[in-house]
Amino acid sequence: MAKKVLQVIETAYRGTLEEQDDTVVWLTQAMKGSGLVTDVMLRGNAVNYPVSAQDASGLAFGERKQTQPPRIHADLTKLLEKGATVYVVRDDVAARGIQMKELIGGLTAVATSEIPGIFAAYDQIWHW
Amino acid sequence: MAEYLLIESRDPSETTEVGYFYELATGLAQAGNRVTLFLVQNGVFPARPSVQSHALGRVAVSGVQVLADEFALRERGIAADRLLAGVRPASLEVAVDRLAAGCKAVWH
Amino acid sequence: MTTRTTLTLVLMDAPYENARTTTALRLLDIAARRGYNVNVFAYEGAVYVPFAKQAPHPNAVHGRDVTEEDHPNPKDWVAAIMAEAERQGGKIDWVQCGLCVDERGAAESIAGTRRGSPADLVKFAEASDNTLVIPTK
Repeated sequence: MAKKVLQVIETAYRGTLEEQDDTVVWLTQAMKGSGLVTDVMLRGNAVNYPVSAQDASGLAFGERKQTQPPRIHADLTKLLEKGATVYVVRDDVAARGIQMKELIGGLTAVATSEIPGIFAAYDQIWHW
Repeated sequence: MAEYLLIESRDPSETTEVGYFYELATGLAQAGNRVTLFLVQNGVFPARPSVQSHALGRVAVSGVQVLADEFALRERGIAADRLLAGVRPASLEVAVDRLAAGCKAVWH
Repeated sequence: MTTRTTLTLVLMDAPYENARTTTALRLLDIAARRGYNVNVFAYEGAVYVPFAKQAPHPNAVHGRDVTEEDHPNPKDWVAAIMAEAERQGGKIDWVQCGLCVDERGAAESIAGTRRGSPADLVKFAEASDNTLVIPTK
């Protein structure tokens, strides 16, 4: 039987402008496309990733303008559309002064205290 | 219930996220899992008793087995026979044992 | 018949930047000495760990010439681990994430490594006894 893997994403905005995406969200999309049974949990600073109002456009160096800025909240929406569960730890959201209504739809909000129970439902936990 | 190998590579003074990981270890143990917290790299710093060791000390009495990489301890001049109560020095071989045994393995 | 233990490690860090690279190679070395099969998926900066163009250098601050300094190049550590695995009957299958290689210009890597993609990581994970992700920060 296929393994079920939870991707816990904690580190955020690391190289996202150069890569034009978050490389772990990207990898998760690619692996799901290759058949991995996988979901995502956003915690720590990564709870900012589903904030709808993000806008990274306008970066330029000399005459070289970035034409494809990262749109990480849109990438998460695509993951949701592909059937992934995307958990967001609500304690971390609140601790950062974010209101849940500022986030994209479709997320599964969980308390920190629920994490052990969620981990139990997965064969492996890949923590990024 | 499951077995977990949680590897903490950072020091609590570097980031508050280490506190989350300690609490995760305790939470998993309280949920009935067998949990090993293996400290490597700067993660071994709080194994030297100090005012920064309190959080780790609480983990060590919460049903979690807390191990500290012998090499990382020696590299930092932390005496293996003067560690925080409940923390034991261990070879990195133990981490590979746990991986090979299929523990849910999480690096932080 | 006992099947050989197979582990997968996912690495992300470029060499020389933090302690994770060395700890990852220590884990790999232990597994190699035990004759395990280990799959390595080198993601992002980790594609530079087996970069073939790494070269040793002297150390004037320490007063050592290049021979005396004997400066480690991680590519040599990787090659040594692969040789040890082979001696013990195991195998290291080291896959470099292709897009990560391209964007970094890191195509020249040592023998025994190969170019791949996230699909390889999925195959590795499904076929392994366990997978450990060592993320960068």
